[in-house]
Amino acid sequence: MKLALSIVLLLLVAAPGSAAPQTIVVGYIGQTRTPPLPLGPLDQPVSDDGLQGARLGIADDGGTGRFLGQHFELDQRVLKPGEAPTVAIASLAARGVAFVVADLDAATLSQAVAAPAADKMLFFNSRARDDALRQQDCRKNLLHTVPSRSMLADGLAQYLVWKRWQRWFLLVGPHPADQAMAAALRRAATRFGAEIIVDKPWTFRPASGRADTGHVTLQTEIPAATQVGDYDVLVVADEADEFGAYLEGRTALPRPVAGTQGLVADGWSAVNEEWGATQLQDRFRKQAGRWMTAYDYAAWLAVRSIGEAATRLRSLDPAAITAYLRSDDFLLAGFKGQGLSFRPWDGQMRQPILIAGPRLLVSSSPQPGFLHQRTPLDTLGIDLEESACRL
Amino acid sequence: MQVVIAFLLSLFILSRPATAETIYVSNEQDNTVAVVDGASMSLSTTIDVGRRPRGMALSVDKKRLFVAVGDDNRIDVVDLGNRQVTGQLPSGTDPEFFVVHPDGKRLFVANENDNLVSVVDIESAKVIGTIDVGVEPEGMAVSADGRYVACTSETTSMVHLIDAGTFELVDNLLVDTRPRAAAFSPDGKQLWVSSEIRGTVTVFDTTSRAETGKIQFEVPGIRREGVQAVGMEMARDGATAYVALGPANRVAEVDTKTLAVRRLYLVGQRPWHVVLSDDQKRLVSANGNSGDISFIDLENEEVVKSVPVGRGPWGVVIGP
Repeated sequence: MKLALSIVLLLLVAAPGSAAPQTIVVGYIGQTRTPPLPLGPLDQPVSDDGLQGARLGIADDGGTGRFLGQHFELDQRVLKPGEAPTVAIASLAARGVAFVVADLDAATLSQAVAAPAADKMLFFNSRARDDALRQQDCRKNLLHTVPSRSMLADGLAQYLVWKRWQRWFLLVGPHPADQAMAAALRRAATRFGAEIIVDKPWTFRPASGRADTGHVTLQTEIPAATQVGDYDVLVVADEADEFGAYLEGRTALPRPVAGTQGLVADGWSAVNEEWGATQLQDRFRKQAGRWMTAYDYAAWLAVRSIGEAATRLRSLDPAAITAYLRSDDFLLAGFKGQGLSFRPWDGQMRQPILIAGPRLLVSSSPQPGFLHQRTPLDTLGIDLEESACRL
Repeated sequence: MQVVIAFLLSLFILSRPATAETIYVSNEQDNTVAVVDGASMSLSTTIDVGRRPRGMALSVDKKRLFVAVGDDNRIDVVDLGNRQVTGQLPSGTDPEFFVVHPDGKRLFVANENDNLVSVVDIESAKVIGTIDVGVEPEGMAVSADGRYVACTSETTSMVHLIDAGTFELVDNLLVDTRPRAAAFSPDGKQLWVSSEIRGTVTVFDTTSRAETGKIQFEVPGIRREGVQAVGMEMARDGATAYVALGPANRVAEVDTKTLAVRRLYLVGQRPWHVVLSDDQKRLVSANGNSGDISFIDLENEEVVKSVPVGRGPWGVVIGP
């Protein structure tokens, strides 16, 4: 049997294109988003992040697929503001789509995975960083390729502690997402031995630095807002990018800024060119005409995971792929220096967290010396023993 | 005729002192090639080359060293007499690794960014052919008889077998995730391919192209993500292969018959490539993260010296 199988495979491989290729359709559901006004003139306006990553993933999957007789296709659906995902999911299910990249906010994602047709599908969360989705709201039909807030906070905390910048001034924005990020940062500080000296909300109305004398206003506002006792590093939680970028160079004390701005912890950064990432970034830029964002990367990871499983199994059978993705054997090459896999207890993809400056990569966590009984990657985020997820 | 030459060559090799050799190391982050004296195991000098030097190979007459300088999209030619860059060859974009065909006239170059292998005619300094391969071509090997060139493509997880005469793809074989290096056994019967992400080497029969074996490297105390197989070197007698294990900071010695790992040598940090001395008694590894090379005495089975060579050592070649 094995011999027969390998002969068939050899034939397939030896004559690419001669056998009718099998096709797998990967679904993508995104949302129309109003792109925030760029803070500065160098910022790239992006309206299709996530989608472009999924597209590149399909192209990369096809690289191996063309030699194995596997054809990958993307079926993309973009929801209007406020639109529920139910109809899109039903129509994808009707096409026989088994895998869906969910480029959705947490609330819409929760609707999606609970939709009637969703039971037999597997969703890849490529946008929502909410820890709750990996904890009490976790689902059997849901994997996460975007890192959770706690993973980002832990990655940043390890680097700051490695630097011995252990005394933090935490400055928190007004939105629920900022509060959630702050909670993750507080948890990370406790876990890795940092101390939050000052914990303060940002109460100013976001000023625009683009106004004619914008810098004059900021130059007076920010020293006042950061007038606190001594600390090593200002850690900012401002996911909407409303004020964090104005902090650097304007704080009352001369201190570095880290968090959502300054030294940024994320799953991907356009500045990463280590571990062969140059090629991925170049391919992406050629395709999309802009830099690859962390959401593009998460969507790319999702589509590549399906491709990698199909390659290793030499099969497009959804049930086999689903089982393999969650197995110990699965390892994806993600241009971050080591193989990536899914945590069996909550479906989160284990991955290094990049620490990036505005122009260059600064570091990558886990940092040396932070050990774990399974893998150093599990020092980032909610660990098995503390997980509230019951699948 | 060939036999006579081989015989004369072997006499020459046997009669030479083992240490009369020179090690060349490409320093990826310094844009230099370090020259290390094999006898004293000390750094002699460094040669300035183009930007981001990685893959290297000697000309067939061993008088010149070809150095792929990826960021400059070319191959620098170093005259080993005066130790200076005396010429340049085209390479296609972003050359990382390449091989010199045994005919001495052609280079086969992996163009990592363009999914191509370029064939370069050395004398005319022209690209005389390109071959479409998978995404991110990386490792290159050529069979001793010159018939086949092998190229790995990292994202496609394939090794592509190329007819060196017609430049046509003969076969595409699936290998483990993110393949790095490829190597033919000296008799040409086997093709070995290393996988960075899965920490394995897959062995193929070159004729039937069937997978005949797999080596899963394991290092006590290191998680599987940290054990990555990269550069490889086969002993001339075909009995032993050496595999650099990247972030595991080890070089594995493998019995090519049983595929058993005989021993692991602890070298510097993140060895990329390894090379055997002409007398096959020493192995040298280029260690990317610790900025040095390790000398391994294979008879006594020990690492005898590490020599700082610069920042980001990557490729390593031994010449006279």
